[in-house]
Amino acid sequence: MSSIRIKAKERNGVVAVKTLMKHKMETGLRKDKKTGKKIPEHWIQNVTAESSGKVVFKAAFNTSISKDPYLAFDFVGKKGDTIKISWIDNKGATDSAETAVR
Amino acid sequence: MNRRSFLNSAGILSAAAVAVVTFPRMVFAAYSEKIFRVKTNEEALKGAFGSSATTVSDKVKLKAPDIAENGAVVPLEVRTDLEADSIAILIKENPNPCAIMAEIPKGTKGLLKTRCRMGKTTNVTAVVQSGGQLYTASKEVKVTIGGCGG
Repeated sequence: MSSIRIKAKERNGVVAVKTLMKHKMETGLRKDKKTGKKIPEHWIQNVTAESSGKVVFKAAFNTSISKDPYLAFDFVGKKGDTIKISWIDNKGATDSAETAVR
Repeated sequence: MNRRSFLNSAGILSAAAVAVVTFPRMVFAAYSEKIFRVKTNEEALKGAFGSSATTVSDKVKLKAPDIAENGAVVPLEVRTDLEADSIAILIKENPNPCAIMAEIPKGTKGLLKTRCRMGKTTNVTAVVQSGGQLYTASKEVKVTIGGCGG
């Protein structure tokens, strides 16, 4: 299953997008309780949202974004448009998900 | 000038025009050490926008809790009526202040909602870039349990 959940709802020509990405967003500051060593940072760096092939939102995250990042934004669109969200983390892992605007 | 060379040069010109128009928007889109691995608000703004000159504006609305009981998850919302090109959130006393840098293409509203980690009580600043200017709104958020790990 994808790590991304998207809800996109149109109202008066504006699509409200809410998304949750499952990611541990390790800050690099936390210590492993057993070994006392710092847990290396591992976080989502870039997120891109596309609707019908056009970029509608882009964001870069720092490690200070909470675990399992939540992101919400609005764009001008209509019912039936697709919305695709993808992320890439600092280790190069990526994921993406697509849904239709309701 | 024959037709072919005219078309070629026209093509190059229009490609250059597109690059000039789209470039400033692309700068902030990607993760950059200059924005995210610096220690102060000013350095982060310089890294992102090339300038740390900001104006406080009531057109930038920052919604943040007065008291965050859990610094690991602080809900933040930035909203603006300005024609925003990008929106950033700076958390002053975090190890690296800039939490998020968002690019707002045309047709996307001036809205950004997310959840951040906060190490301790400090000022949160929303920065909106609009028409080459930086507009801000700030609010102090009290943190009872820090969320930066450590």
